[in-house]
Amino acid sequence: MNVINFINAFFSDSAHWQGYDGIPTRLWEHVQYSVEALVLAAVIGLPIGLITGHYGRGGNVLSLVATAGRALPTFGLLVVATLALGFGMLPVMIPLIVLAVPPILVTTYEAMRSVDPPPVDAARGMGMRESGILLRVELPVALPLILGGLRSAAIQIVSTATIAAYVSLGGLGRYIVDGLYQHNYEKVVGGATLVAGMALATLGLFWAASVAAVSPGVRRSN
Amino acid sequence: MNLDRFFDIPSDLQHDWFGLIVLHLREALLPVLGGLLLALPLAQLCVRLRWLYPPVLWVTTILYAIPSLAFFVVLIDYTGQTELTVMIPLTVYSLVVLVPAIVDGVRSVPQETLAAATAMGFGPVRRYVQVQLPIAVPAIIAGLRVATVSSISLVSVGMLIGNQGALGNLLHDAQIYNRPELAWNSVITSAVLAVLADAALVVLRVLLTPWMPGATRGAKSKPAGVRPESAVPALKDAAR
Repeated sequence: MNVINFINAFFSDSAHWQGYDGIPTRLWEHVQYSVEALVLAAVIGLPIGLITGHYGRGGNVLSLVATAGRALPTFGLLVVATLALGFGMLPVMIPLIVLAVPPILVTTYEAMRSVDPPPVDAARGMGMRESGILLRVELPVALPLILGGLRSAAIQIVSTATIAAYVSLGGLGRYIVDGLYQHNYEKVVGGATLVAGMALATLGLFWAASVAAVSPGVRRSN
Repeated sequence: MNLDRFFDIPSDLQHDWFGLIVLHLREALLPVLGGLLLALPLAQLCVRLRWLYPPVLWVTTILYAIPSLAFFVVLIDYTGQTELTVMIPLTVYSLVVLVPAIVDGVRSVPQETLAAATAMGFGPVRRYVQVQLPIAVPAIIAGLRVATVSSISLVSVGMLIGNQGALGNLLHDAQIYNRPELAWNSVITSAVLAVLADAALVVLRVLLTPWMPGATRGAKSKPAGVRPESAVPALKDAAR
């Protein structure tokens, strides 16, 4: 198997484990880009999704926004942003955020809408405030689905953050872009393996988060 | 930005604007079609053999996590710098989105409906084609929408492997000729194509499911607990 040999050669070369172009450095850069993009996208998507979902209004507008966000080509957006703003972190964050906001936004909205109405009515009948209903009744019940939306956004970010290398930033994409121009497929395959591994680690993290954060009662009913 | 030269496509791309659009749609939509043709039997297998579904989901998740650029570059070794190199990964991504959509759609067919079909003398094949598949159409189209939109967006990345990105090639020319308007042209045209393709699929869904409420999904008028159709793509969202 060609690809397996490439992976072996890449990871057994000790030069790939040291220095500014070493795997630990690139991995850490990739984690930083991904976390930054996910946090920014969540800061935008979660509150809007939670509030519109709570009041059950604006679903059509949200799905329009989400469609528009998905329709924008990530790679093209990167080039346009770089041409307009110059090299730097911002032109990379813009496409990643545009990529990640739609799944977070739409899933959060749908998760809030899918909460069983009777407990919400009961909470309202007991005199809870709207903010209390949102945060202490609906949010815990909707949490598994919301985490699912964040997870799919996170995996897309991890795999797409490789484009940062195209505008001369670091991250695991360095191996893929450099390998492409150097015709060094070992490097490309090694970089892709690392990205896929990081995506799997992300899956694992979200699984752990859902075990830790989702209340046992909600988990049992799912 | 120089708007006069917005549609003035450099001759090294060997296509005018409409030519690039046709090329872009071909490179994006053929993989979705291929993905659908592969996903239908695979999904049916997953419905039939329940134990098969979780491992299939795992494999597809890993495939989906491979960055498109890396996928392209690795394939150059086998298929060269051709359209095919762009279309194979897009087929895989479409497959990954479509399999769960179809499995959930087919599984959502009520047991009574299946029993009624069996009682009417439908064999397994006829039951699948005439009962299960039509009822699963909203879920399948929801998956197709995500797959189509992300496919149209991803074709542009093909630019990096020797101008195989159709409209994405404009991004390269924008840089080497210092003409930012070409990059805007690429992004805007591609986004408009994606929105139009998405709208076409919504129309197709309305045409294929005459028994369902039309494009105006009155979420408020529906009884609680009945989620609008839009929930399906959202929960299975996998565009990138």
